[in-house]
Amino acid sequence: MIAWLLALLQTLLFIGAAPLLSGWVKVAKCRLQNRTAPSVLQPYRDLAKLFGKTLVLAEHASWLFRSTPYIVFGATALAAAVIPLVAVRLPTAAIADVIVLVGFFALARFFLALAAMDIGTAFGGMGASREMTVSSLAEPALLMAVFTLAMTASSTNLSTAMQHTLESGLVLRPSFLFATLGLMMVAVAETGRVPIDNPVTHLELTMIHEAMILEYSGRHLALIEWAGQLKLMIYAVLIANIFLPWGIATGFAPAALLIGVLAITLKLLVLGVALVMVETLLAKMRLFKAPEYLHLAFLLCLLGMLSHVILEVG
Amino acid sequence: MIALQFMLGLPFAGALLLALLGHSRKAGWINIAVCAGTFAAALSLALGVLDNGPLLSPGKLFYIDAFNVYLVVLTAFVGMTTAIFSRPYMQYELSRGRLTSRRMQLYHAMYQGFLFAMLLSLSSNNLGILWVAMEGATLATVLLVSLYRTPESVEAAWKYFILCGVGIAQALFGTVLLFFAAERVVENRDEALLWSVLHGGAAQMEPTVLALAFVFLLVGYGTKVGLVPLHNWLPDAHSEGPTPMSAVLSGLLLNVALYALVRMKMLVDGAVPGQLAGHLMMGFGLLSFLVAGLFLHRQSDIKRMFSYSSIEHMGLMTFAFGVGGPLATFGALLHMTVHSLTKSAIFVTVGHAAHIAGTQSIEKIRGLIKTQPAVGWGLLVGTLAIAGFPPFGVFTSEFLLLTATMKSWPWLTLPLLTGLVIAFSGLFRHLQPMVYGEVPAGQVAVQANMLPVALHLLIVLWLGLAIPGFLAHWFDQATALISGSSLL
Amino acid sequence: MMTIDNLSLYEQAILLLAAMVLFTSFALLAQTRILNLIRVFAWQGTLLAVTTGMVAVVSGQHHLYISALLTFALKALLIPWMLHRLVLRLDIQSDVESVVQPAVVLLGGAALVVFCYWVALPIVQLSTLITRNTIAVSMAVVLLGMLMIISRRKAVSQVVGFMSMENGLFFAAMVSTYGMPMAVELGIAFDVLVAAILFGVFFFQIRASIESLDIDRLNRLHEVEE
Repeated sequence: MIAWLLALLQTLLFIGAAPLLSGWVKVAKCRLQNRTAPSVLQPYRDLAKLFGKTLVLAEHASWLFRSTPYIVFGATALAAAVIPLVAVRLPTAAIADVIVLVGFFALARFFLALAAMDIGTAFGGMGASREMTVSSLAEPALLMAVFTLAMTASSTNLSTAMQHTLESGLVLRPSFLFATLGLMMVAVAETGRVPIDNPVTHLELTMIHEAMILEYSGRHLALIEWAGQLKLMIYAVLIANIFLPWGIATGFAPAALLIGVLAITLKLLVLGVALVMVETLLAKMRLFKAPEYLHLAFLLCLLGMLSHVILEVG
Repeated sequence: MIALQFMLGLPFAGALLLALLGHSRKAGWINIAVCAGTFAAALSLALGVLDNGPLLSPGKLFYIDAFNVYLVVLTAFVGMTTAIFSRPYMQYELSRGRLTSRRMQLYHAMYQGFLFAMLLSLSSNNLGILWVAMEGATLATVLLVSLYRTPESVEAAWKYFILCGVGIAQALFGTVLLFFAAERVVENRDEALLWSVLHGGAAQMEPTVLALAFVFLLVGYGTKVGLVPLHNWLPDAHSEGPTPMSAVLSGLLLNVALYALVRMKMLVDGAVPGQLAGHLMMGFGLLSFLVAGLFLHRQSDIKRMFSYSSIEHMGLMTFAFGVGGPLATFGALLHMTVHSLTKSAIFVTVGHAAHIAGTQSIEKIRGLIKTQPAVGWGLLVGTLAIAGFPPFGVFTSEFLLLTATMKSWPWLTLPLLTGLVIAFSGLFRHLQPMVYGEVPAGQVAVQANMLPVALHLLIVLWLGLAIPGFLAHWFDQATALISGSSLL
Repeated sequence: MMTIDNLSLYEQAILLLAAMVLFTSFALLAQTRILNLIRVFAWQGTLLAVTTGMVAVVSGQHHLYISALLTFALKALLIPWMLHRLVLRLDIQSDVESVVQPAVVLLGGAALVVFCYWVALPIVQLSTLITRNTIAVSMAVVLLGMLMIISRRKAVSQVVGFMSMENGLFFAAMVSTYGMPMAVELGIAFDVLVAAILFGVFFFQIRASIESLDIDRLNRLHEVEE
């Protein structure tokens, strides 16, 4: 019973902390670029503001358009629920399968693309097609990375995989090196960050994700934005906890849980800074360069898998 | 032993000396003198080996047995006669302004360097050093191919460099695998690449690894032999380099590469059950033989044409070594000799013919026999010999090969005969007008030294009429080494 | 059965370095800027030297220290430096090469790695060395160098491919047998050095004859008459 309660708490923490991570990234970015930073809590305020606004719907919007924000948020929140954040061996871990996770993302993206085309504006269709191009290349890479992990742990269950890594101690696995790098590149592409997409501009020539949600307003927009922040957090937690799971609680003792919270906070802070560094150092790529970037990500993940097969077993 | 030191030391010293003096007018003579000395040393080495059996130098660096000693003599001999041809030929090129004296320096130094590298790879006991020397031979000749600095020659040299470099790298990988297999059965790892050690212990080596190693070695050394489909560099390098270079490349380098391949086959045969190495060599050999024969028909450059003929003959020899057995091996060894002698004689003649016509284009070379009978007859007789007409030695060796094939692979006789006919017709359709055709206006004879040609062709004729007893005995010893049983 | 979990940290580091050497091979395949290409090549040499040093530490084979030093001097310092200087002297440092179908080339490279794994399997099973799992990787470096020579059209890139192939060969000898006998290894190093010098000479000859270093424009010789 307490375990289920903990699982629920962890999910709520996950969903609640997601805007905080986005806030931290923004602050770090401003600091790095010598600009005055907004408060870390700014994303919360934005969300609150959006929730309070009246909804404006396009004339031809169908039920698809109206229900998509809930589906997207729901799918992303479910994905967040299965990922071990501060503790492994929670009851939700039983369904914490990486393939399910990828499925949740695909579901959300599918509906988002449909909704973008639903209203029939040019931007919506363009955004949908670009998003699909990027994700059709990113998804194989993502799967390859998680398979590498699964082959090492002999399980596609995230919680089991983390425990396996914890138990085997520090092992310099070439496959993990490649898979981490590949997964990071995929994460950058999938969450719409520089150099693939820029979340802060609405420049029609280059935008991908923003073009799809251009017609949304009010609480719909708030949900989609929140889901986006959640996705960033999910990827960050995945990278942090799969490849460096140290600190995560393996029991339910309060001390262990506290350490777990501290550890994940620290890891996310560091990852946020790393993301900011990348975004500051790199310029956004031209759209047709994106496939090259994703090929590299795919290659890294593939190399990860190959080096697992060739070097680490047998 | 002293002969061995002289044989290797002379060309090495010659290379250094000519690197300093290569531009002087006497360089050609020095070149000849060094080559003659090398040949004398090689001969005395051969006599020693024939009398006392295989020679293993102290330190086990060098190993000379009946197989490589005859190639050593052949190499030194063709090196010497080509040097005799090269002196006036290169002087003529210099006077025509196609070369500068600095390039003559390079040419002479590299000529000796090339001979040194080849003699080293032939006499080395260490299969790793064999590889190093083979690569060294490529490096020594690559700048000679581009000696004229025309766009074509630079292209040919680049192709030669890259293709042979890539090819020979595969051979090194094969050598690594061989070392891997050998290291497991030989106690002292420093000796695990020594031929004298390996040949005895071959049977214990792991067959799978050796088979894999042989595939890589075949691709690697096969590139240098000029086996189809790895032959692309060969016609280019032969046609664009200076003619003496073509003569030694065709007559010697290909032989040395084939020698390396056969040595490897001997090792593999000892350990791998079945005839894997033989079958692979037969396949590649036959393919090269047939394809090169067809390509002969569509050449417009006389040196290119004869280099395809070289590919064809190398294919035939590879095939014969692949067939194995004393008869085929004996034939292949004989063919190696007569092909070297005939082909270098032909290239020497072709060099003169190109000087007479002022071009290498087959269409513009006409009526040689009227302008300069010696060159015309030389080309005619040389081509007759290489096409396998009796009574020349090439006929004898090809006859032996056909007989051997009929014995063990009767159905392959047909493609072999077809290939011979194709190659023959290809050569003669181009040859006839060049020798007998209408003389173009203003074509005059050049100063030609036909001594090397006459010498080579006479030996080939002699080998065709009657192989002298000591030579037959000599070949037979090599045959016994390679195929396990002697013929005579 | 050798899994990475029950190896010592040093041995794990060898595997990690080997994987990084493989990665540099892929980076060479994908890199289109000439100076970066040379830089990546120098990194490959450095990683190779470090790997060799590490193997020397673990295996106690003292001659490998010499090989490591030799590799570092030759492949990480001397040859990249020579190439770099040549590029500056030929004034082609800002050349960008367009690789035809980069994605296909990279995937082809990955397929080669799988092929090497398959080919090397019987050898790996026989070996008892701790480095045996890297044999396939070393072989892949050789074949990737070959792929680079085939897929590139600039003389300098082809030379880098050639040299990286040599790296692979050295790597192969080192991991499958702890290095060839010293005499052979020195001979190979000598050949490589001479080859590097000759390549330099060739750059100038090619440039003088076709006023470019694009191998595509070396197209005068044909297999048969036109």
